[in-house]
Amino acid sequence: MIKKEMIAMLLAGGQGSRLGVLTSKVAKPAVAFGGKYRIIDFPLSNCINSGVDTVGVLTQYQPLRLNTHIGIGIPWDLDKNIGGVSILPPYEKSSNSDWYTGTANAIYQNLTYMELYNPEYVLILSGDHIYKMDYEVMLEFHKASNADVSIAVMPVPMEEASRFGVVVTDDNNRITEFQEKPEHPKSNLASMGIYIFSWKALKEALVTLKDQSNCDFGKHVIPYCHEKGEKLVAYEYNGYWKDVGTLGSYWEANMELIDIIPEFNLYEEFWKIYTSNEIIPPQYVAEDAVIDRCIIGDGSEIYGEVHNSVIGAGVTIAKGAVVRDSIIMRGVTVGENVVMNRAIVAENTVIGKNVELGIGEDVPNKIKPGVYAFGLVTIGENSVIPDNVKIGKNTAISGETIAEDYPNGILESGETLIKAGEAL
Amino acid sequence: MRAVGIILAGGNSHRMKELSNKRAISAMPVAGSYRAIDFALSNMTNSSVQKVAVLTQYNSRSLHEHLSSSKWWNFGRKQGGLFVFTPTITADNNAWYRGTADAIYQNLDFLKKSHEPYVIIASGDCVYKMDYNKVLEYHIEKKADITVVCKEMPPTEDVTRFGLIRMNEDSRIEEFDEKPMVSTSNTVSTGIYVLRRRQLIELVERCAQEDRYDFVRDILIRYKNLKRIYGYKINDYWSNIATVESYFKTNMDFLKPEVRDYFFRQYPDVYSKVDDLPPAKYNPGSVVKNSLVSSGCIINGRVENSVLFKTVFVGENCVIKNSIIMNDVYLGDNTYIENCIVESRDTIRANSHHVGEDGIKIVVEKNERYVL
Repeated sequence: MIKKEMIAMLLAGGQGSRLGVLTSKVAKPAVAFGGKYRIIDFPLSNCINSGVDTVGVLTQYQPLRLNTHIGIGIPWDLDKNIGGVSILPPYEKSSNSDWYTGTANAIYQNLTYMELYNPEYVLILSGDHIYKMDYEVMLEFHKASNADVSIAVMPVPMEEASRFGVVVTDDNNRITEFQEKPEHPKSNLASMGIYIFSWKALKEALVTLKDQSNCDFGKHVIPYCHEKGEKLVAYEYNGYWKDVGTLGSYWEANMELIDIIPEFNLYEEFWKIYTSNEIIPPQYVAEDAVIDRCIIGDGSEIYGEVHNSVIGAGVTIAKGAVVRDSIIMRGVTVGENVVMNRAIVAENTVIGKNVELGIGEDVPNKIKPGVYAFGLVTIGENSVIPDNVKIGKNTAISGETIAEDYPNGILESGETLIKAGEAL
Repeated sequence: MRAVGIILAGGNSHRMKELSNKRAISAMPVAGSYRAIDFALSNMTNSSVQKVAVLTQYNSRSLHEHLSSSKWWNFGRKQGGLFVFTPTITADNNAWYRGTADAIYQNLDFLKKSHEPYVIIASGDCVYKMDYNKVLEYHIEKKADITVVCKEMPPTEDVTRFGLIRMNEDSRIEEFDEKPMVSTSNTVSTGIYVLRRRQLIELVERCAQEDRYDFVRDILIRYKNLKRIYGYKINDYWSNIATVESYFKTNMDFLKPEVRDYFFRQYPDVYSKVDDLPPAKYNPGSVVKNSLVSSGCIINGRVENSVLFKTVFVGENCVIKNSIIMNDVYLGDNTYIENCIVESRDTIRANSHHVGEDGIKIVVEKNERYVL
């Protein structure tokens, strides 16, 4: 009989709507990060580095990129005879066929997958955080505390605690109280959305709550376990952990990689982050290029200037272009004499000659001020920007745009320009 | 597919000087991200040759490490696969490979158990892209016994280290001079041959009976009037890296946009073992001009007209000019390097100074690496 001590369930079905046009065609975990990675590479690499070799990836929203990226798990050594990575989309049943309506509901719908491996413990992960963590250490802690549920928490500044789910603990790390985004937090320990459940406790909770609508771990399962008197403990983590849920935090997390000694270091020999490498030639830096403080992916060709930026693989930056404080993903072409400031440009976009991005006043976005903020220009994948246009701050562009889409050749700050495909 | 492949990767050359001290020529790193054998292997897989034998002998450890999994070149299928043959002592043989024909003879089982009608033989030390099917079609059209792929070299190039070929109007080979004292032609053999599998088995068996061991001397030259041996000209980029000068030049060729475009961006791709390295990082103070930089590099200094292989660390105020820095080299602060090839895994102390005065200097320096 197959027996895996701990298996992981990775929640990767969310849209991540606060990433705007970046996630209009891909699920958030499949968004590119740090020059060559995708966000899901971090939890997947953590799994294999921690010795967790059975991972179910729950997908729902726009899964194509995620599916092709993960494949059979070769880059992470998760192509196993027993276990390995399995992609778990919602599926039709003889009665009540449902989409995944909540994080816990998604896990509930895959009880049979988990039972297949006969686990003692189940690790619940989400596919939208950047961090390195040894889940085996957390499991040791879970066992030593004799807990039913362990929640990874990290101390955050008190003034920021109200943005998170906060736990209050006693002297033995046992959780005594929960506060979901509290106005007056009693503690500064924020939940990281990483849980270890003892299998029995998880199964019991999921079955009991099966009719709960939008069943969610933070809102329903954890409170249920707490009320029932099960032992919930907080596992305190003190390393780098970043939720890249907003364009601002996504941009910031990328920029932190280019510090001289980054807090989150990709260059350490141990705890490698694995990803699927589709482009392998070296990058070329031309005679007139100027590059400082940036990271650049394989196969890129740089003829212009790049400062303070994260450039993906297979990118071409033409002569005379000046790129600053920007994130450029795989396969983008930046035309001659482009001036780019604080932009996020998604895969395979083509930017014409003499385009200026990030000009003008910092005016809030008219349609989604909460999403397109931070003074950024955000351009979705496979977009086309015509020659000679100017683009303001807090703007979003997606699709093949033409000169006529830019009145007087300008997309003013705060405007949104979405062409083709479904509206956002 | 109609052919099996054999890649000859056992050779050594004193012309590589210190560079071949620790690896076979076929395992030489090339163009930042690749090793020499990747080109022949990728050509095989891109020509849909599914079954390839690599014959190794000299210093094969690093080559074996590179070939430890065949998945990178899309071999390792249920049909076919990548076979690495190193000489072994058997009941009826205890010799090393005494030559290329002997190497094939000692692994004749591989050929005998195959069913494909043709064999493509290539060497592992050349940089090129080629669809072997085109050669095969030519071979069939010419009704040749053996087809030799050849390349017209520029008149300036010293070709006396190659086999030189003269052909008649029909491209049939009339003269074949192996490494002559004086060059008689500037058409060289690329070491790529196509012939029928049964023909090859017969030829190398005959060689073995006569205690002859070399494919070129004892088959191509000896049989040139007896068999129909044809030349097929390759017009695209082709380079053999088996001397220090040509190794250096081949790498520097990748600084030309047309060469990069041909190898890096045009279909089909060249494949290699993937190392899971982070992207290259440029810190303040880095100045990079006309250079190739591979993944995992961290640059703090000045790099001009050079090729940096994977995970090279360039310290502050370093100056690297017109040089090749191989994998996993650490260059301490204020180092000056010009016209050099720095051997892989070297640790160069801070304030070092290495300049190739006349010709390329090979730097091999093993120091303790304290910090990284």
